[in-house]
Amino acid sequence: MLTADPPLPATVRAEILALAAAELHPRGAAVAALRLVQAHFRWISTPHLREVAELLGMSADDLDGVATYFNLLFRRPVGRHVIMLCDSVSCWIMGRERLCAHLCRTLGVKPGETTADDAITLLPTVCIGHCDHAPAMLVDDTLHGDVDIPTLDRLVAALKEQP
Amino acid sequence: MSPAERPLTAMIDPAAGPPDCTAYERAGGWQAARRVLTAMTPAEVIDIVTRSRLRGRGGAGFGTGQKWSFVPREPASARRKYLIANADEMEPGTFKDRWLMEGNPLQLVEGMIVAAYAVQAGHGVIFLRGEYHLACTRLQDAITEARQRGWLGEHILGTDFSFDIHVHSSAGRYICGEETALLTALEGRRATPRSKPPFPQTGGLWGAPSVVNNVETLCNLPHILANGPEWFLALGRGEDGGTKIYGVSGRVVRPGAWEMPMGTPLRQIIEEQAGGMRPGYRLRALLPGGASTAFVDTSALDVPMDYGAMEKAGSRLGTGMAIVMDDRTCPVGMIANLEHFFAQESCGWCTPCRDGLPWVERLLNAIEAGTGLEEDIDQLVRHTRMLGLPGRTFCAHAPGAMAPLASGLKLFAQDFAAHITQGRCPLRHAA
Repeated sequence: MLTADPPLPATVRAEILALAAAELHPRGAAVAALRLVQAHFRWISTPHLREVAELLGMSADDLDGVATYFNLLFRRPVGRHVIMLCDSVSCWIMGRERLCAHLCRTLGVKPGETTADDAITLLPTVCIGHCDHAPAMLVDDTLHGDVDIPTLDRLVAALKEQP
Repeated sequence: MSPAERPLTAMIDPAAGPPDCTAYERAGGWQAARRVLTAMTPAEVIDIVTRSRLRGRGGAGFGTGQKWSFVPREPASARRKYLIANADEMEPGTFKDRWLMEGNPLQLVEGMIVAAYAVQAGHGVIFLRGEYHLACTRLQDAITEARQRGWLGEHILGTDFSFDIHVHSSAGRYICGEETALLTALEGRRATPRSKPPFPQTGGLWGAPSVVNNVETLCNLPHILANGPEWFLALGRGEDGGTKIYGVSGRVVRPGAWEMPMGTPLRQIIEEQAGGMRPGYRLRALLPGGASTAFVDTSALDVPMDYGAMEKAGSRLGTGMAIVMDDRTCPVGMIANLEHFFAQESCGWCTPCRDGLPWVERLLNAIEAGTGLEEDIDQLVRHTRMLGLPGRTFCAHAPGAMAPLASGLKLFAQDFAAHITQGRCPLRHAA
């Protein structure tokens, strides 16, 4: 995966430089730049991390410290879709463990893993601020509340269809 | 409640979407910003907010006027200063700021203009948690529109005051809600908290004077400036003024959030607004203001939900967003879940927190699984002292984590003992 990684497209590099220029110091754009790379490639590979570090005038290790710090920055490959099921207290009270077990069975994965067809990665996530509709989850950028097993089955089927 | 009694949410209509600049103005918006920028000095704004006794709505409850008063006083043009909205709402059980930002983003923009003028900051940042996609879009749209209408940018309303706002979408870490960690995050570093002094007001973002205020705190400002401190004080039921966004999650009939007078008792919030417990469930205890507040039992239901009264009741107002524990939820399992959160979200900077919290989590998981020993309880109690007392850790993360544990060990002592003597969870968490 690492060696096959193409360099960042010129447009992405230009966007990163623009983000850096808008900050008082270029490194202020670190998180925004990494999120941009992730939006294009689903995750942040080491060659891409090195490229971003160079554009921001940081060492790769320094930037990797930032990349590995945040929950939403992925330093390992993920599937085409990411399901983030809240594992914090309100969702736990409302039965998220049962939903998680069901997803693991349906997808044939453990939390943190990606399905064999590369379609879906299942990740636990901390409270997503949707506790009035617990249990809640994010599927990519879309919020789902009051989740039950039929909802999960419907969503998983739809995600598997999508490219 | 009439719209006048719930100023923060009066303009929020989920069906219609957020008001645009015209609708916002028609409903009374921009009055405060206009008055402040054209007819008041920064010192007068600080004085009014101080007299309103507005306290931070993010959890710590620090006086807003007092917080501002430590900022060096120079005009915005003379020195780079920052006004930052803390929208990193990651306290489990809390979703009030999302409601305010999605429902009426211009109110936050106006609040930030007022605050920035008071401390003479030229640069505004909204530090938004990365998962709030809808809030992000709506804030960006509101900022763009406000800029087009001349409410942001150079020489606002033709005055000498210039101010603009940038939205920083974060990437998910609870500790970024701690104001010095938030500043570190904005500088593109691992977001560990900083030692104080220097306080952010003198040496904050990139070393410049910076004020970090919670979203709900900032949303109060246009109303205080438009209606006066006496009006604000009269809105509260107890010693604190204003309204508060209260919320309830857990097994209640209608989980949600409501704007009510500051000092409304929990009973009224849970029974009248949330519709009481779901059929078949009894209220056993609750965390009154998020995951980092101490458990209270039903004897605290009539305590006013304000800063002073909740502290006297042994807990904290926190974010004002209560998490209800019913009689069929295992307290040991619930506390294990809470400590898993705190262990994962520890920034790892100081040893007691980095090493202590995972140990606490392991002990709790063992007890919940039925393999706990009697001495594990003593070990947990020891941790509540080692991590919980102020000054033992670098920031308030570990003391916050110990609040539900220390109170839970007392309140649910019999449940802990039963897990150990029976070698299993007597109340198998039934979903």
